[in-house]
Amino acid sequence: MKYVDEYRDPQLAHRLRDAIAARVTRPWVLMEICGGQTHTLVRYGIDQLIPPSLELVHGPGCPVCVTPVELIDKAIALAARPEVILCSYGDMLRVPGSGSDLLRAKALGGDVRAVYSPLEALQQARAHPERHVVFFAVGFETTAPANAATVWQARREGLVNFSLLVAHLLVPPAIRALLASPRNSVQGFIAPGHVCTVTGYHQYEALSREFRVPFVVGGFEPLDLLEAILMLISQLEEGRAEVENQYVRSATRDGNREAQRRMSEIFEVCDREWRGLGAIPHSGLRLRDGLAPWDAEKIFALEGRSSKEPAGCISAEVLRGIRKPMDCPEFGRRCTPEAPLGAPMVSSEGACSAYYHYRRHLAG
Amino acid sequence: MAENASVTLTCPAPLTASDTVLLGHGSGGTLSASLLREIFLPAFDNPALARLDDQAIVGVNGVRLAFTTDSFVVKPLFFPGGNIGSLAVNGTINDLAVGGATPLFLSAAFIVEEGLSMDVLRRVVRSMRSAAATAGVPIVTGDTKVVEKGKGDGLFINTSGLGIVGRETDLSANQARPGDKVLLSGTIGQHGIAILAQREGLGFATTLESDSAPLHTLAAAILERTSEVRCMRDPTRGGLSSALNEIAAQSHVGMELVEQAIPVQQEVRGACELLGLDPLYVANEGKLVAIVGPSGAEQALAALRAHPLGREAQIIGTVTEAHPGLVALRTALGTSRIVDMLTGDQLPRIC
Repeated sequence: MKYVDEYRDPQLAHRLRDAIAARVTRPWVLMEICGGQTHTLVRYGIDQLIPPSLELVHGPGCPVCVTPVELIDKAIALAARPEVILCSYGDMLRVPGSGSDLLRAKALGGDVRAVYSPLEALQQARAHPERHVVFFAVGFETTAPANAATVWQARREGLVNFSLLVAHLLVPPAIRALLASPRNSVQGFIAPGHVCTVTGYHQYEALSREFRVPFVVGGFEPLDLLEAILMLISQLEEGRAEVENQYVRSATRDGNREAQRRMSEIFEVCDREWRGLGAIPHSGLRLRDGLAPWDAEKIFALEGRSSKEPAGCISAEVLRGIRKPMDCPEFGRRCTPEAPLGAPMVSSEGACSAYYHYRRHLAG
Repeated sequence: MAENASVTLTCPAPLTASDTVLLGHGSGGTLSASLLREIFLPAFDNPALARLDDQAIVGVNGVRLAFTTDSFVVKPLFFPGGNIGSLAVNGTINDLAVGGATPLFLSAAFIVEEGLSMDVLRRVVRSMRSAAATAGVPIVTGDTKVVEKGKGDGLFINTSGLGIVGRETDLSANQARPGDKVLLSGTIGQHGIAILAQREGLGFATTLESDSAPLHTLAAAILERTSEVRCMRDPTRGGLSSALNEIAAQSHVGMELVEQAIPVQQEVRGACELLGLDPLYVANEGKLVAIVGPSGAEQALAALRAHPLGREAQIIGTVTEAHPGLVALRTALGTSRIVDMLTGDQLPRIC
């Protein structure tokens, strides 16, 4: 298939594998930030191709995994209201809140609809003027512009039966928190290519300088990741700490200015709780004050309940790259995709789910 | 990510047991399997059922009968390449065929929602008549129920089928042995993607048609050519992955598939890339998987390829002693990964 097969070519992959092997002289710990990259690495077995002295640890870039329980509980509460149609990306439906999940809310009569695009949710609002459509706006800088566009459009059309439950998160503050942690062992980062396509990668330059750590903006296909790994270890072996771009066909230093403008018109930066990671200052987005008519939290006066999470899994350490999914004693035993103990086992971008689906046969 | 936070960071309690039925319980994947294991099998326990094949084989006065039933709730009722009626006829014929049975008779039961257009019903029934005639299997009994408006979704159809199995034929999903070959009769995923493209809101167009077809002559062609066939399946809901996982689990063997040997049409690959689906999990309605002993594999492949429905047949993998119960895939890059059973529900109501 055009524009896909080129980036999965076995011969080119093996050439990059050999180049990496020739370049590495000692152990390095690398982190891919984005969950989409984690899945490519595990699905295609990229970690089986690179020298064992290179350790790939998986970052916190799975939005479904880090969306706080409190917001999932709010989405479930909204879905239970008879006037509400709750639209969400399919991945969020199985993520457990403190007591239930959206699939169960649906089975109990809640009108929960999986959509592929926030524009579908907007369409539902136009089609059902007697109902109120809430879109569960999760994700990083990648999904934020399209979600912002729905509010922009709803305001323009005077559509008052549409709102967002906003759970947006920002990547650079989380990477800063990770680098600042005394337990951090990551020496180089594969930066998220699609986030950078929107925001530009200049945002990572300060982090690179401050912590003396290299970043390579990487894509999502097997060859993208192999090339990003090669660029990253070249920097490390040469003692450089710069921001480089592997994903040149999509990401630029300045990013998509129009998307950024639309985002900042609709959203403002706020502090956010990350599931498994805790509170991180300036790491989220919320709707601006003037947009209360499209803010589900304000329309429905949703109380910020503190949702308690009983102990059970090591997802916090998995999300921080300190441990691997298969280090967890519950992995594949008490914790499976049908009965997840933690969000990383639920999402198609979660590290535990990637290992469960693709790697169980290699478990010791 | 304050350090003090990490100590208390935890995850929610598992939502294992469900006290309500979820859509995923009808997916043909792991949730369906748990429903069988926990509710139906303990209640109805008997040797014919316990084989867990697509059909029961029962002996009556020295004759071996194959008996099966299937309900169809596909949405929309009409889709490129077929409709709920032709699907209901072919689907039940296929459940008999993969047991090595010659299909003899079908039943058809209709659950109709009040308000359904009579024209729709007529078109569905005409299509069933035509599918039954093509396959040479008459519909000999039936039933109709009508439910109030809003209590059904247009039309649901149940078909049951009766067939006869030769004395020497003994196929079952528990008979795969290490060294056996895995054969697939053609390209996967067309049915699921053709249905998906018809659903509202997705906004993509395709020329793909469902592969819905009766497989009994294809199945008979393999069985005529070699006696090495261990079992056959038609990978419908849950896709190729779920069918192979069921065989691996019931036979206590592993499998190793070769990614490049699995035929997938470009349109299906493209749609799957866009929608984040994996063709291995997408439904088929006219494909056959056969596990065949090594010495009969080439003959079986030749038999498949000589049939109009099997021209693109491939040997896609081998049954292994390693990792029993798990299906692994050798990727184009030479690495290895699991092909798991479908979890949850990739795409509801595709059959």
